Amino acid sequence: MSLIAYSLYFAALVSLAWLLAIWMTRVFSGALPAALLRTEATLLRLCGAAPDRGIGWGAYALAVLVFNATCFVVLYVLLRAQGTLPLNPDGIGGMAPDLAFNTAVSFVTNTNWQAYSGEAQLSYLSQMAGLTMQNFVSAGTGMAVAVAVVRGFVAPREATLGNFWVDLTRSVLWILLPLSVVLALFLAWQGVPQTLQGAVMATGLEGQDQIIARGPAAAQIAIKQLGTNGGGFFGVNSAHPFENPTIASNMAQSLSILLIPVAFCFLFGRMAGDRRQGWAIFAAMAVMFVAGLAVVHVYEIAGNPALGVGANMEGKEQRFGAMLSALWAASTTAASNGSVNAMHDSFMPLSGLVMLVFMQIGEVIFGGVGAGLYGMLLYVVLAVFLAGLMVGRTPEYLGRKIEGREVTLAVLAFLSMPLGILVGGALAATVPQALAAVQEPGPHGMSEILYAYSSATGNNGSAFGGYGAALTWHTTALGIIMLLGRYAIIIPMLAIAGSMIRKPQAPVTSGTFPTHGPLFVTLLILTVLILGALTFFPVLALGPIAEETARLAGQSF
Amino acid sequence: MLRHLRPAVALTVFFTLLTGLAYPLVMTGAAQAMFPTAANGSLIDRDGTIIGSELIAQPFAGEAWLHPRPSASGWNAAGTGASNLGPTSAALIATVAERRTAWEAANGTAAPIDAITASGSGLDPHISPETALAQAGRIAAVRGAEAGAVRGVIAAGIEGPFLGLYGEPRVNVLLTNIALDAAFPFPPAEGEGQATE
Repeated sequence: MSLIAYSLYFAALVSLAWLLAIWMTRVFSGALPAALLRTEATLLRLCGAAPDRGIGWGAYALAVLVFNATCFVVLYVLLRAQGTLPLNPDGIGGMAPDLAFNTAVSFVTNTNWQAYSGEAQLSYLSQMAGLTMQNFVSAGTGMAVAVAVVRGFVAPREATLGNFWVDLTRSVLWILLPLSVVLALFLAWQGVPQTLQGAVMATGLEGQDQIIARGPAAAQIAIKQLGTNGGGFFGVNSAHPFENPTIASNMAQSLSILLIPVAFCFLFGRMAGDRRQGWAIFAAMAVMFVAGLAVVHVYEIAGNPALGVGANMEGKEQRFGAMLSALWAASTTAASNGSVNAMHDSFMPLSGLVMLVFMQIGEVIFGGVGAGLYGMLLYVVLAVFLAGLMVGRTPEYLGRKIEGREVTLAVLAFLSMPLGILVGGALAATVPQALAAVQEPGPHGMSEILYAYSSATGNNGSAFGGYGAALTWHTTALGIIMLLGRYAIIIPMLAIAGSMIRKPQAPVTSGTFPTHGPLFVTLLILTVLILGALTFFPVLALGPIAEETARLAGQSF
Repeated sequence: MLRHLRPAVALTVFFTLLTGLAYPLVMTGAAQAMFPTAANGSLIDRDGTIIGSELIAQPFAGEAWLHPRPSASGWNAAGTGASNLGPTSAALIATVAERRTAWEAANGTAAPIDAITASGSGLDPHISPETALAQAGRIAAVRGAEAGAVRGVIAAGIEGPFLGLYGEPRVNVLLTNIALDAAFPFPPAEGEGQATE
């Protein structure tokens, strides 16, 4: 029964993503109706963006950084000042400096790590003009960078990587916004509030009072899922019955989390002029995803004998049960989304292991919108290099040679993961004022630290909620690490693209290593797993693996 | 750097106006026009008083009512939270054991797992059909009704999986309590049934 349910879900996901990829290919190549082209050209000219000029990789990267820095400043000021600004019916005050820094970085980097609780610490203006807006443009930034990186691999030598302002504007106006309008209305129909009225006071059947927080949630939740942002309107995110009221709303959101990341695989194949290249990347991602999902599914359905007979329902909602919570947990950690419909801290140890691995390998199993694809292309460069070493030929990808410069840059980008997770995590596990955040003694506490730093480095945003991430140490350290996890990958990947595009495209010969067959898919998966496993296995052994061993021995902490 | 500053600032302003204000405000207008009840929180109005939201659990504690799942945040609908305790947490294992004892004393049956574990939101509006039906005997006794009749009202509120494939069967606690109150008023009228209080 669950096999049929999963199969239908994947069939729907792949069909929708395949269709979307056709549209996205047209959008990014500018094959749009004349009216739309005129609209965006006028807008960009008014903004001083010279839409008809392509730029080099350095200028592209600089445009990304200047735009994101501007967004950060605006959001930081908005969060600090929200108490004195309009659209604040519940009278919420300004945010503290460290929390505002953490939140602004978190949303600008498409992480949406939440060290705050939305209904208690954000005004409606901050939710809308601050966070909802960032959900669009941080997703648009990732999509623009991915398209530029792909152009580096596939465009002819005389072309450029494109123009950041054009790619950003097209991502938001013609892809994210229309999809969000449809999803927001569907969610509002299902029961997600979309109102500017403040909290309401109810008098329950037993005569007790209950204050019910609400707000303009549906619009924000639509883009939070489609843009792999994940920051909830309410503290408990998509477990909240107002964020995710029905099973239909859950399935629509589950599909939305993976929709654009999957579409990027197919977009890649189309832009490369060889759809098999896109299917190969999709296949590598899908194999790892299904394997991880199977583990989470089995453990959550089997449940926790220490609590009783039945599925592991602590921290889960009855309407979703173990299966839809497992599907969501695997999707949200694979896709760098970070929203949750069940509390990850209370999942079984090996389910937690899967979620940690999905984040630690760099969010490349579908990954964030755009970010998943350029992250996977990092591994492709390394995989092709390894293949070249094995057969003793200069490695090539899509007809272009992969040389020392590209491999050096790819390794440099990869190192941001261990730097953020292992160095950041080691500090968090030793410095006393950081260690106070750990909720539980024993190996689960280690998992909590690891999860926080993996989530921030991978720009995921989900959390083991028991971890006290609001401490100043963590708001600051995690903020810095989110910046590292975002830009220390974007800049080298754009540099690789800038270097690749200038290389001649050699014709395919019988000696070319094909990068669309099962052999390449296997090699790519092994590259991801070996790099990830070698880097993180020791510390995973201290966290989830130790916890599982202790659990089987009947130990509790 | 300066060359990029003008488009950066201009587009930040433009996208704030478009996606940060126009989009949520237009969605608010559309949702209010098309789905007014849902867009305002699915509130239930009984005789001019808002008695809650159909989507949000309430802390029913009296014997005459169907009880919701445990909440780690005291059913606070203005500051949600879960236990976030891990699977090997001694505190969690002890809490669940206490809940089991209390449940079995109150209802006289074995406790289903959803009845003794805290939900993710702390506001889970649903319980499993097993958990709901197991409470029928206690409710019937207090309300002076036939246990079979109470079971009938509960069973009428059971919702199945979506498309027969996705999600779990469930009973909405607040809606069922409203139905129970309509069918078997509490406290029961004079001379009716075998009320114990």
